[in-house]
Amino acid sequence: MTAPVLIFAIGNESRGDDALGPLLLRQLQEDECIERLEDFQLQIEHAMDMKDRKIVLFIDAGMNTPAPFRFSRARENNEAVLYSHALVPEALLKVYRQFYNEASPPSFILCVRGHAFELGEAPTSESLGNLAAALEFTRRLLINPDVSFWDGLVTPI
Amino acid sequence: MSFSLETAANPENLRRIAIDPVSRVEGHGKVTILLDDKNKIHQVRLHIVEFRGFEKFIQGRPYWEVPVMVQRLCGICPVSHQLAASKALDAIVGAKHPTPTAEKMRRLMHYGQILQSHALHFFHLCSPDLLFGFDSDISKRNIVGIAEKYPETAKRGILLRKFGQEVIRHAAGKRIHGTGSVPGGVNKSLSIAERDTLLKDIYQMVSWSREAVHLVKELHHKNPELYNSFGAFRANYMSMVGMDGSLDLYHGRLRARDDNGNILFDGVDYNNYSELIAEEVKNWSYMKFPYLKSMGAEKGWYRVGPLSRVQNCDFISTPLAEIERREFMAYSGVMPMHAPLGYHWARMIEMLHAAEMIKDLLHDDDITGSDLMATGERGFEGVGVIEAPRGTLIHHYRVDENDLITMCNLIVSTTHNNQAMNEAVRRVAQQYLHGHEITEGLLNHIEVAIRAFDPCLSCATHALGKMPLEVEVVGVDGIQLSTLSRSGDGNFCT
Repeated sequence: MTAPVLIFAIGNESRGDDALGPLLLRQLQEDECIERLEDFQLQIEHAMDMKDRKIVLFIDAGMNTPAPFRFSRARENNEAVLYSHALVPEALLKVYRQFYNEASPPSFILCVRGHAFELGEAPTSESLGNLAAALEFTRRLLINPDVSFWDGLVTPI
Repeated sequence: MSFSLETAANPENLRRIAIDPVSRVEGHGKVTILLDDKNKIHQVRLHIVEFRGFEKFIQGRPYWEVPVMVQRLCGICPVSHQLAASKALDAIVGAKHPTPTAEKMRRLMHYGQILQSHALHFFHLCSPDLLFGFDSDISKRNIVGIAEKYPETAKRGILLRKFGQEVIRHAAGKRIHGTGSVPGGVNKSLSIAERDTLLKDIYQMVSWSREAVHLVKELHHKNPELYNSFGAFRANYMSMVGMDGSLDLYHGRLRARDDNGNILFDGVDYNNYSELIAEEVKNWSYMKFPYLKSMGAEKGWYRVGPLSRVQNCDFISTPLAEIERREFMAYSGVMPMHAPLGYHWARMIEMLHAAEMIKDLLHDDDITGSDLMATGERGFEGVGVIEAPRGTLIHHYRVDENDLITMCNLIVSTTHNNQAMNEAVRRVAQQYLHGHEITEGLLNHIEVAIRAFDPCLSCATHALGKMPLEVEVVGVDGIQLSTLSRSGDGNFCT
């Protein structure tokens, strides 16, 4: 059976604060209703991992994100061009629609503020503080994986 | 030493345009172009502005950690680094000849990697340029645009890549940071169930790969003026070939040819790579410039990757890819193909070969065998070479008596192509930009030339909000005339 909740952490754990997503993911408790995936980057085939989900959460680290994190709804974006081998979540949702000819499952982005992304560096202490706050927030989300509940927790702009 | 258009005579009097970062490549590169007030080109450079320092990072680590650690170099070709490191470290554990099951499992991983990487590059990154045009509407010139106009093509790209990733997952044990390949062999073989799962889809993958070759071949035949001349430059070329002269992406000996296709060296044991290749440093790029020592830096630079490999081998061992190779060689004629867009055709031939090899390996009983590891006399130095998706990948390690890495030298595929990519962008700048008003479409021509090499410039940092693009046009008096910038969400503003 496909788990109704997909949590997808994006990041390279050898690159300082880029590890925040995978680190957060690994601190979440095992739950048969939740599938946990991680990869360095989002790629086109990850659209297939979203099939038959009730809700999807992308967790990433961001340089320009307000601390400690920003929680937002991901929406298909026609303008979300790709500029590397990697996709942004909004473009992945668009690929999903093109591939399956249906709307993608409701998807959210939890972007944790990072500060340094150098190869071989450990996550910064400041960012680990952000990670702790994001972890607590994620546990709160997972108590009620419901779209309207999550929508109510979106960070105001 | 200096090449034409590498360094302008009087740069202080010229306008500067920067493409930063180059898009639809892996990582962060930058192109700078210096023009005079009549838009005549005086200098073009592809800079690699990211310093990785991985060779230092790995020093002092136990050697058995290396095949897993090096995967973190890159989000696109982790398997290539894992395999090159494992091959190098086979010498440390004395495994001169890995068991048949170990070698075939590693090959399976490798061909899965080639398949998924080539599919991603062609369908995802390059087909927008090739199917829509280099200066077509930028808002559609991406995979989303392809999915709208050519849904079947986009679907095949996704499914081919997904299949390659599944091959890797089954062979390496997990999606990323797989531990399948270790010094001395592998730590798992395929189960019957895994083999049968992959067998269900492999025939479809072979068929789609063959059609992908036909698609790019048709593009060449429809517009030979463009495809044969765009950014074309003559170059030496090098790759590993199998012991029997075949296209072998996993193991063999080094062979190089000059720009006429004549053999420069052949049958060279890759353990001796440092006797053949030297690297030049230039103060404007973090990436070194390798060259063949025997010819010197000015004449000894060379090209690697699919365009080199398909023309360097004597034959391809799988039947469908061999038919396509022969047609490719016949199209090129007596002289080698030097046009960068030929990379796409050669890359699809390799993708077809990889799919055929996966099929053959899945039918080989050794792939489910249980003899996984070889051992022998302990060594202290090892070199591993494979033909990664983008070209020849060299890993070289020394290990002390405490099993710690004391020296690491990596020459990655994109580094070999450094001079060649610079040559390509200079040719395109001369062909298309020289004397013209610069537009986004014209600048994309530069990026099309770079993308043909499928460069991999990064170590996969991709944090949200990074990777803006900025193009600045500055007048001869140093005053900024106009700017175009692209934000992290892909939106443009002036």
